[in-house]
Amino acid sequence: MNQPVINLSPKVSDEVRKTTCYMCACRCGINVHMKDGKVAYIEGNKDHPVNQGVLCAKGSAGIMQHNAPSRLRAPMKRVGPRGSGEFEEITWEEAYDIAVGILEPVRRDNPEKLAFFTGRDQSQSFTSLWAQGFGTPNYAAHGGFCSVNMAAAGIYTMGGAFWEFGQPDWDRTKMVMIFGVAEDHDSNPIKMGLGKVKARGAKVYGVNPIRSGYNAVADEWVGITPGTDGLFILSLVHELFKAGKIDLHYLAQWTNAPVLVNGDEKSEDFGLLMRDKDNKLMVIDRATGKPAAFDKKGVKPDLAGSQRVKGVTHRSVFQHMAEKYLDPQYAPEAVAAKTGITADRIKRIAAELADVAFNQAIEVKQTWTDFRGETHDKFVGRPVSFHSMRGISAHANGFQTCRALHMLQIILGTVETPGGMRFKPPYPKPPEAHPKPHCKVTPGEALDGPHLGFTHGPDDLALKEDGSPARIDKAFTWENPMSSHGMMHMVISNAHAGVPYKIDTLFMYMANMSWNSSMNTRGVIDMLTDKDENGDYVIPNIIYSDAYSSEMVSYADLILPDTTYLERHDCISLLDRPICEADAVADAIRWPVVEPDRDVKGFQSALCDLGARLGLPGFVNEDGSQKYQDYADYITNHIRRPGVGPLAGFRGNGDEHGRGESNPGQLDAYIDNGGFWMEHVPEDAAFFKPWNMNYQDWAVKKSFFDKPMPYLFNLYLEPMRRFQLAAEGHGTRQPPDHLRERIKETMDPLPIWYSNEEDNKADEYPITALTQRPMAMYHSWGSQNAWLRQIHGHNPLYVPTKIWEENGFKEGDWAKVTSPHGEITVPVAHQAALNENTIWTWNAIGKRKGAWALEEDAPETTKGFLLNHLIHELLPPKGDGLRWSNSDPITGQAAWFDLKVRVEKAATPADVQTQPNIPAQKSPVGKGPENLTWKLGQ
Amino acid sequence: MTTLPAQTEKKLGLVIDLDTCVGCHACVVSCKGWNTENYGAALSDQNAYGKDPSGTFLNRVHSYEVQPETGAAQTIHFPKSCLHCEDAPCVTVCPTGASYKRVEDGIVLVNESDCIGCGLCAWACPYGARELDQAEGVMKKCTLCVDRIYNENLPEEDRQPACVRTCPAGARHFGDLGDETSDVSQLVKERGGFDLMPEQGTKPVNKYLPPRPKDEQIDILAPLLEPVAAEPTGFLGWLDKTLEKL
Amino acid sequence: MHPAPSIIFFTVFSGLGFGMLAFLGLGKPDVSGFTAFIFFAIAYALAVGGLISSTFHLGNPQRALKAFSQWRTSWLSREGCLAVATLIVMGLYAIGVIFFNTRIGLLGLLGAILCVCTVLGTSMIYTQIKTVPRWHHWTTPLVFLSYALTGGAFLTGQVQVAAAGLVTIGVLQILAWVIGDKRFAGSGSTIESATGLGTIGKTRMFEAPHSAKNYLMKEMVHVVGRKHARNLRIIGLVLLSLLPWALLMFFPFSHLLALVAILAHIAGALTTRWLFFAEAEHTVGLYYGQRG
Repeated sequence: MNQPVINLSPKVSDEVRKTTCYMCACRCGINVHMKDGKVAYIEGNKDHPVNQGVLCAKGSAGIMQHNAPSRLRAPMKRVGPRGSGEFEEITWEEAYDIAVGILEPVRRDNPEKLAFFTGRDQSQSFTSLWAQGFGTPNYAAHGGFCSVNMAAAGIYTMGGAFWEFGQPDWDRTKMVMIFGVAEDHDSNPIKMGLGKVKARGAKVYGVNPIRSGYNAVADEWVGITPGTDGLFILSLVHELFKAGKIDLHYLAQWTNAPVLVNGDEKSEDFGLLMRDKDNKLMVIDRATGKPAAFDKKGVKPDLAGSQRVKGVTHRSVFQHMAEKYLDPQYAPEAVAAKTGITADRIKRIAAELADVAFNQAIEVKQTWTDFRGETHDKFVGRPVSFHSMRGISAHANGFQTCRALHMLQIILGTVETPGGMRFKPPYPKPPEAHPKPHCKVTPGEALDGPHLGFTHGPDDLALKEDGSPARIDKAFTWENPMSSHGMMHMVISNAHAGVPYKIDTLFMYMANMSWNSSMNTRGVIDMLTDKDENGDYVIPNIIYSDAYSSEMVSYADLILPDTTYLERHDCISLLDRPICEADAVADAIRWPVVEPDRDVKGFQSALCDLGARLGLPGFVNEDGSQKYQDYADYITNHIRRPGVGPLAGFRGNGDEHGRGESNPGQLDAYIDNGGFWMEHVPEDAAFFKPWNMNYQDWAVKKSFFDKPMPYLFNLYLEPMRRFQLAAEGHGTRQPPDHLRERIKETMDPLPIWYSNEEDNKADEYPITALTQRPMAMYHSWGSQNAWLRQIHGHNPLYVPTKIWEENGFKEGDWAKVTSPHGEITVPVAHQAALNENTIWTWNAIGKRKGAWALEEDAPETTKGFLLNHLIHELLPPKGDGLRWSNSDPITGQAAWFDLKVRVEKAATPADVQTQPNIPAQKSPVGKGPENLTWKLGQ
Repeated sequence: MTTLPAQTEKKLGLVIDLDTCVGCHACVVSCKGWNTENYGAALSDQNAYGKDPSGTFLNRVHSYEVQPETGAAQTIHFPKSCLHCEDAPCVTVCPTGASYKRVEDGIVLVNESDCIGCGLCAWACPYGARELDQAEGVMKKCTLCVDRIYNENLPEEDRQPACVRTCPAGARHFGDLGDETSDVSQLVKERGGFDLMPEQGTKPVNKYLPPRPKDEQIDILAPLLEPVAAEPTGFLGWLDKTLEKL
Repeated sequence: MHPAPSIIFFTVFSGLGFGMLAFLGLGKPDVSGFTAFIFFAIAYALAVGGLISSTFHLGNPQRALKAFSQWRTSWLSREGCLAVATLIVMGLYAIGVIFFNTRIGLLGLLGAILCVCTVLGTSMIYTQIKTVPRWHHWTTPLVFLSYALTGGAFLTGQVQVAAAGLVTIGVLQILAWVIGDKRFAGSGSTIESATGLGTIGKTRMFEAPHSAKNYLMKEMVHVVGRKHARNLRIIGLVLLSLLPWALLMFFPFSHLLALVAILAHIAGALTTRWLFFAEAEHTVGLYYGQRG
């Protein structure tokens, strides 16, 4: 045959530069292939702990993000009205002068007048330091509107949750249950894990109203009714208790199940855990029948323990649990209708969990010593594992639901065992190891400590002396006492309302608050553009940093243009949101694999400049000169605690890891090592980490904490009881009366479930409306990407068969969707594999005309839409004269997924565009080219 | 060159696991990236930021919904690219000889310098595996990354198609389906791999592994849930007894 | 299939041109000199114009010469070779007729046979496409041939042949539609066989691979409304066959009338050829939820 001769070994690239992806929050390692100094191709880094070579659609499309026409080109000053998109490009010096002109008086007079909120920030340990130095209490990132319920419930209950905190033991698990998993948290590791599980033929359960993505490959799909996951889980717990299929040994050894609860109703400490004179939690020692400290060597904590003192019986947590969860209200028959899962199926799932956990237990031979000094010769594994993220978090009952899920894992004895759920260093960390919130403002000075943290009772709330909220977002107040990540979604509406106080400047980073990152988008736009009686904007100054021409850009007065992720330094730090694996500690960097070709600057570097110009502590040297020339300088030279800096690897002379002096060559060492540093967890420290002294000692060496801190899992969460006690009238810090009942009801120290239906008028609006993030898109970012926008350029509303048929929908039809707050008119599509009372769409596909350098007739603007228009940051009025926040009453997590609606067929809108359709903004960067043929080499 | 070889030395191809594919489109975009920068003309995009964007992709992931006779409907993600058929109709229709099937490994390729862009091969393909690039006017198709799999400039472990290397779930497998002992052939045998549209007589090399049975309502574990006590109050008695035994 | 104007013009007009040449090759009408020149000029204009039109469909027409190389396997290549051979043979023949008033009968016959072969070659480009069951049938070459010969007869003034041809064409076209409408269902290809998911249950497309359209959808997943198609079929048939036939049969011959009849016939041919493409369903449509 006469075949053409082709070159089978063409040159792939001139050079490979290894850095970290930022196409979503997963933070995979990438190989950036360079040709002629330009980015030619991006693939996964095989050595990287997160992705081990694989890369998702977003990551592979990075080249289109890096070259997107929507990139901002230079600092900009607003010249038209807010929202118009009319800007003038200025120099950085001018930009800094404007910023200093605004911020200097604020800091001098009252730093709380600055609200500094950084959205999908991966440098929170840095940005929070800046905010602390500024002295404002008003700082947070986007956790409050994302998944704080999952994170906080995990840390409070057991020292960590999922994703950055822990993962199923994908290599050993025999059954995985995923609950409401949004398809990106965390992106590649879940896909890799499911792939491993599938390759072994192990079973995957998907609990989700929608059967797409991971739930599509699940061997069993449990199409649960949204918001009832907690009830379903507690029913499983009920069945397991009833059948005695619980790991009693595990509970007795490693959790506070045997700890005694004060049963004296008259006591100030009623319901608190009993402590001995050394303030140690007290259990009954089954060997002696006497009370003992939980951690005494040789103690056999008695789950059935109780102590009678002065006529009052103090019973163990476990007895309280048995009483609570054996109650028939949690019987499968009692929950079937609400959850949409038959009683038989609930029982079958409970039986399967029990079977895998107890009949199929596994062992890993290994000597290790627990914190009581007892030595073991193996790790016993209960190979049932779970993963969950936003789906169960973003409800007003999300915190308790997440707690319930963690409790289920714990009673099965799976957490930190082979085949179960494993923590990733530097987790586990008990809640006590985290800071408490700080809010003390002193004009001209730094804040008294870190803004965010974990409250353990009323004393830790962020309240002013008069009891009013110290923070603009009202985080850590009686409305949501455990709001560990702050409440970014409340900032704009509170600032606009002047409640709890007025602010002067809103300073934001990477948060598309005038569009898909806010509830009530139209309302937020109005708040941002609203003027007072003098004709001044109600929110006087808005400074915003973004790399791209987003919707939010048009509402800012001053724009600080950020770089793309391939042009910047970053650190993926253990002090921040780490990227470790269960078997390894790791951190990583980004570095400029290409230099920006525009007048842009990494936001963190801009903060170094701005911090120095404002003289912020931590950002100036003693002589007042600028301390960090840029972010790279900070990453290398910042010392957080002695020997501990942003990056743990290659410290000292480059051979110290975990602790050591600053190393001027550290970033180069990271680059040489492929952009990351990794060290494996020793084998004897691999499991039972919270109680395993081999792990604890190693963790101290690696700087995760400064002394070993073994702890018990908090099945019974005492801080919640402290808030309840206050609501019952105990103590000096008292909640306002209108909140007492709610605190008593919702802040049960044992996981409970409560319905959100009444608050959301489910009788009139019986259908739940959800969003899911497509795997090939991240928030609003994908639309500017020429490749990804072809995959998801517009989004239909998916409707289940029942609603489809009731309305006589046909392909191409439109529907009007009405919530208590608003209405939208959108195209519909049919999906059979969907809970019959649920509708949904892809998240953040809809765009405002003129944004993201798209043409104004782009499908994102004409056929795409947001559900945000239907969601309000406040619940519909209940008739009590108050407006309650649409958030979890414990953590303040935005209850996105409590949205209740009605659906009806609608005529196709006259302009054949989704409604509401907000008028165009002017693009400050022009429009993109018509056609692309992107090729460097020939 | 449009005569098909009587037989090829190898039958390189893909095995795609429909039980594992989560529909993430990673393979789609990785393919786009590699093949834009490598073999032949770039994969162009038209109206890239406008009203009706469209571009050349060599691999696309469809989604289907399947309704079994009983039980819930299932969602199946379905990646599709050239199947490198043994009896490839796209090759024989080509008027210029641009399309050919390699004797060494059975990969079906387009020699772009000979392609007049008539589109007939795309018509002849039952699967929609070929797309005419609108900027270059030549037919583009999956090359099985022929410029990767033998590429001595790549580390050995990277010598596989870009889609396979990037697939996060491990739903794509690459190998010689002509060799019965190869991993891919074994996988096809074990899992009952099948051909798409066998009635078209194209004898595809690529195979698909079917989704495993789902939502099986078996209930053999019920005895595990026997209550330990008839009354809730009996639970503590059981607990005490059990703790004694621990 | 996408009804591309270039391809519709190509098949209709090259068919007419070669049909005309076939009759001229057989000496019908037996003309010479300037009259012959006019006939040949029209025939060549149609045949060559049609062929040139087909190149507008190409992504890289400058390489069109390469298309003559693969006659062993490719019908498109064969068609090209046949067309050129025909044009050369008929060219030689025409030179004799026009300039030397000499009609080489054998050469003309050879040319006529080649004309028929060329039209058959054109039709085989479509007939061979198994993925379009409507085309993959013996009616396709017959329809193409009957169009070419009827049109050729018409244009060369062979009224009786043309009249018979118009009837044949109508019958064949109806037959092709009736049979064609059942071809896809009879092909055995379904969304279940396309996806292999039929063993689980009834399959339907949930989401297209991309929300944006692509080449395959534009080229091969053309959907024409059923009512629209029925109307066009009636209009097409009237113009193609009934009206010209009636004009030829029931009215005294006049050049104006003949012109009207021819134009109607050509308009009808363009309409039905548009339907030939637009109604043709490709198996790839199965992957995109057509016939789902």
